[in-house]
Amino acid sequence: MSKVMENPRNAYGETLVELGKKYSNLVVLDADLSKSTKTVIFAKKYPDRFFEMGIAEANMMSTAAGLASCGKISFASTFAVFATGRVYDQIRMDIAYSNANVKIFATHGGISVGKDGASHQMIEDIALMRVLPNMMVFAPSDATQTRRLVERMATKYGPMYARVGRASAPLIYKKDDLKDIEIGRGIITEDGYDVSIIACGTMVDYALDARKLLSKESIKARVIDMHTIKPIDKKLVLKCAKETNAIITAEEHSVIGGLGSAVSEILAEEGCPCKFRRMGIQDIFCESGEPKDLFAKYGLNANHIAKTVKELIK
Amino acid sequence: MNSHNDELIKKLDLISVKIRKHIIEMLYKAKSGHPGGSLSAVDAIVTLYFHHMRHNAKKPDDPDRDRFILSKGHAAPTLYAILAECGYFDVKELNGLREINRMLQGHPVCQHIPGIEASTGSLGHGLSFANGVALAGKLDKKDYNVYVMLGDGETDEGQIWEAASAASHYKLDNLTALLDRNFLQIDGNTEDVLRLESVRERWSSFGWKVIEIDGHDIKQIIESLHEADEGKNQPTMIILNTVKGKGISFMENNVDFHGVPPNELEYKLAMRELNALQGKLEGF
Repeated sequence: MSKVMENPRNAYGETLVELGKKYSNLVVLDADLSKSTKTVIFAKKYPDRFFEMGIAEANMMSTAAGLASCGKISFASTFAVFATGRVYDQIRMDIAYSNANVKIFATHGGISVGKDGASHQMIEDIALMRVLPNMMVFAPSDATQTRRLVERMATKYGPMYARVGRASAPLIYKKDDLKDIEIGRGIITEDGYDVSIIACGTMVDYALDARKLLSKESIKARVIDMHTIKPIDKKLVLKCAKETNAIITAEEHSVIGGLGSAVSEILAEEGCPCKFRRMGIQDIFCESGEPKDLFAKYGLNANHIAKTVKELIK
Repeated sequence: MNSHNDELIKKLDLISVKIRKHIIEMLYKAKSGHPGGSLSAVDAIVTLYFHHMRHNAKKPDDPDRDRFILSKGHAAPTLYAILAECGYFDVKELNGLREINRMLQGHPVCQHIPGIEASTGSLGHGLSFANGVALAGKLDKKDYNVYVMLGDGETDEGQIWEAASAASHYKLDNLTALLDRNFLQIDGNTEDVLRLESVRERWSSFGWKVIEIDGHDIKQIIESLHEADEGKNQPTMIILNTVKGKGISFMENNVDFHGVPPNELEYKLAMRELNALQGKLEGF
């Protein structure tokens, strides 16, 4: 059965328009990538509240903070690699330290960027944003979740970072699902008691595929969609540790500093006797290629997850 | 200038001496901080807060207030002393500069200090932030003005020029930048460290209206701020030709006092000089 695909970037742009209608104080900034990040959809509808900042990301982030200091809800968008590493100091001072109501929404995160290569494959952004006090961090898994989380980002005060990939992604949730989604509360997308696969972003769909593979061998996997990496849902992580005794984290990000680190910090501090593996990019830069080939080469597709589960729980 | 203006200038000159005394006291007590760039910035910021800007210490969040952003955050003592004298917080707070469990951080922070608009200290951000405030003003059809002070060494930073382009592109005529042109940064003369001249031509070529004045002459500061406010369709840069360490003879143009506070002897000498100047102005 073929999957229904939708691009989370389009979901972002469309949701901005809906929110723009509802909140007259919502403004959007972009750095010459509005056609790619899809903020162009907002720009066409609300040109007065859209600020094209050119290829000048540092200026964009600080300007977003200045707007926020006057009561605006500022959404600033560009590719994940430029939205974090390039402007870390601006985010740190003007957004995180200042507790500014700025929402950084990054697209083109992770290796699914594909052929542009490692220069554009941002695999450290979640780590960089997670260490900043006040900052909340999200990696929505599909277009529906992107819509719901962008709505939450607009209505809850504070500095936030969200990242989605470049590619269209299979719809995990129906368009009207997730009405009750909460920041900081993970979702048990499919239940099971032999292992928990805690995933975020694009890896949730791979985890669901892995679950199907495993079920053929009578292994029942629980799949957690951990859309909020900070604040992490500690209660749910501990519940998984207790009920399934084995946890695998899966993220399209370095295994250092992201979702895997966040989960392992909880497990270590709580002294949970739980088998554990982190799946992600293993502390290396990747390369150009088709996304599916990259996921295969760097050990991040459904087969890899299934194999890792079997090794872990045998 | 008429006698009314003479009175005003004398008043502002006296406040500037008072602020310089606060700065020396604060830095001596804190045993750290930046005297040179704090002292050069005094007269312009005093003129903004005690004469030019529309603001009310009782309503620091008034959406219609004029805003001042200190991009060169290491001149925090100047801004703190002025905010305290304006009534934003108790003058007694000044003796806790840089101390643990006290309000006044080494560099300005907007979250916890009344009257501070932007958290600064990492150089090069303030102009971009000010652009955001000015854009919001345009969007909301407010008539407030935005003032931002930059250090001259600070304009080494690339972000300043991103912001300079954007302010001009968006025709931010509600924005005025003041450049504390004291010609000194930590490693020496600005022209030796990383040449800035011609400063006037640079800003002008970025589409800014440029005014150049003596940054310690209150009359010129007042007039230039009025001229800046009247600018249309472009932001204004006021180049303040200043002296680093202004007001203390042995600190003037002495780069050693960029980030080193006065010792006991220097503190006493500095206060003696400032008291003498105060007496002279009061007798004037």
